[in-house]
Amino acid sequence: MFQRILTVAQQEVRIGLRNRWILLSVVILSAFSMALALLGSAPAGTLDVSRMTITVASLSSLSVYLVPLIALLLAFDAVAGEIERGTLLLIFSSPMTRSEFLIGKAVGHICVLLFALTLGYGSTALMLAATGGGDPSGFTDFARLIATSTILGFAFLSLGYIVSSLVRQVTTAAAMAIGIWLVLIVLYDLALLGALVADSEGFFASRLFPFALLANPADAFRLFNLSALDANAMVGGMAGVAESLPFPPVAALASIFVFAGAAMSGAILLLKRVSP
Amino acid sequence: MNNTVLRAENVRMTFDGRDAVKDLSFELGSAERVALLGHNGAGKTTFFKMSLGFLTPTSGRIEVLGAETGSDEARASTAFLPESVAFQKTLTGVEILKYYARLKGENATKAVGLLERVGLAEAGSRRVGTYSKGMRQRLGLAQALIGTPKLVLLDEPTSGLDPISRRNFYDLVTEISGNGATVLLSSHALTEMEARTDRILIMSKGKLVANDTLDHLRTAARLPIRLKVKSKEEPAEQLANRLGGTPVNCRSVEIMCAHEDKIARIAAVTSLGAMIEDIDVHLPSLDDVYKHFSEKADLEDSRGEA
Repeated sequence: MFQRILTVAQQEVRIGLRNRWILLSVVILSAFSMALALLGSAPAGTLDVSRMTITVASLSSLSVYLVPLIALLLAFDAVAGEIERGTLLLIFSSPMTRSEFLIGKAVGHICVLLFALTLGYGSTALMLAATGGGDPSGFTDFARLIATSTILGFAFLSLGYIVSSLVRQVTTAAAMAIGIWLVLIVLYDLALLGALVADSEGFFASRLFPFALLANPADAFRLFNLSALDANAMVGGMAGVAESLPFPPVAALASIFVFAGAAMSGAILLLKRVSP
Repeated sequence: MNNTVLRAENVRMTFDGRDAVKDLSFELGSAERVALLGHNGAGKTTFFKMSLGFLTPTSGRIEVLGAETGSDEARASTAFLPESVAFQKTLTGVEILKYYARLKGENATKAVGLLERVGLAEAGSRRVGTYSKGMRQRLGLAQALIGTPKLVLLDEPTSGLDPISRRNFYDLVTEISGNGATVLLSSHALTEMEARTDRILIMSKGKLVANDTLDHLRTAARLPIRLKVKSKEEPAEQLANRLGGTPVNCRSVEIMCAHEDKIARIAAVTSLGAMIEDIDVHLPSLDDVYKHFSEKADLEDSRGEA
């Protein structure tokens, strides 16, 4: 069982390397994060906050956009693509179970993401350290960012597997993946903002709003990372958010895990119904 | 034919109220080479998918080596090559073969040796994107030979291959069955299979309409044998008068005769001695036999419905 999961995971990493997916992700992540580090750390001197910490704050916002996108683009092909190429018939005619297959894919894709994030954000951290902005707590902030981004990526990988198992055409799966990104990353926040503006004192703003943030892994990710940064009040742009929450920030992290686990289980159940 | 490798019993498969396969019953013995013929939509691919456990028959059952289809025992002894398979273009032949060997729990290094058997030893380190269609098909076959499958299912393995690649492909199939595996392959390309299979199954509209050796099917179909006789100088009309048959051009006559009359007719032709320049004997081809049986089934169908 582990051998088969490992085999699938290994093949995904190999494909990621071979078709330049990993390279592309690393380039995008490091380009954006270096730009943010160079531009965004300018006010650090006056605020007396470490340059690394302030960069991590900007990078968590970057992760919210880029990591789900990369994850969905990695995942949408996982089932529909193998169906279209006819390889799923081969894979499932060997003694391999549906869950082994999907878990293998997930492990492989998580490795790809982790690799891309470590190189992409890591290069920025090293650049800051080399230019005199390094400090131990800053490195911890970077490590936390990379780890939580990977978990966020896992949540969106699972969503990608769901759409990939729902449809048989890769192009439909791709369109649905982009749709999910648009809804959860862009429209969801806009809708929350709209609701807040419309009803800034009422039941929604005081009771529902924090849980609405919790329900979306992207918002939960932002919430956890910003409240985890000591300098939250100054750099987060969500001043005092952690204090006004009806739950501890770590609940946001747990929420991403629960979301990812549920989505992954859903994807496995859907895959079990797929006839290759 | 000492033990049964695959047994289908009254298999019926319905999609949206339409029968894709019905009343399908047959057995495959060990080391047999069996061809499954049928036009598009006859139910061949549906049958393969049921044999692999991807589809569950609406009624009836299929067993592979006595085990239920889709069970670990059945899957471990079955190999499959789908009609169209596109391996990851960016991976090499060796990487793909090792991948499937590991999924099947077989020795990956040993599996690479199969590339030599299908003539891809040198291309193994190249990316699949650079392969020709025939090479990709052979890679698919190598994949199907990993381990020692007892049952090899090949769904239209030669479609789109040129005649030489096809011949090489059938050589490999013969080799596989020589090593004790049962091979069931479906095809459209009938003529080149004649000498390559022990038995022929013909499916039409989901039903099995024939199941026998080609020779028996030929006899049962009672298709006429065509003799084409060419005279040296005599006009064809004159030849036709003497032998019967119809003139096809100014010097040739075509004679249709039943299987049992063949020798007598040929004797009549040779008795003309010096008048005859050449004689061609056309046995009904697999195409003709196939056409006969599927048309017969169609006829019975429409009669049954009327």
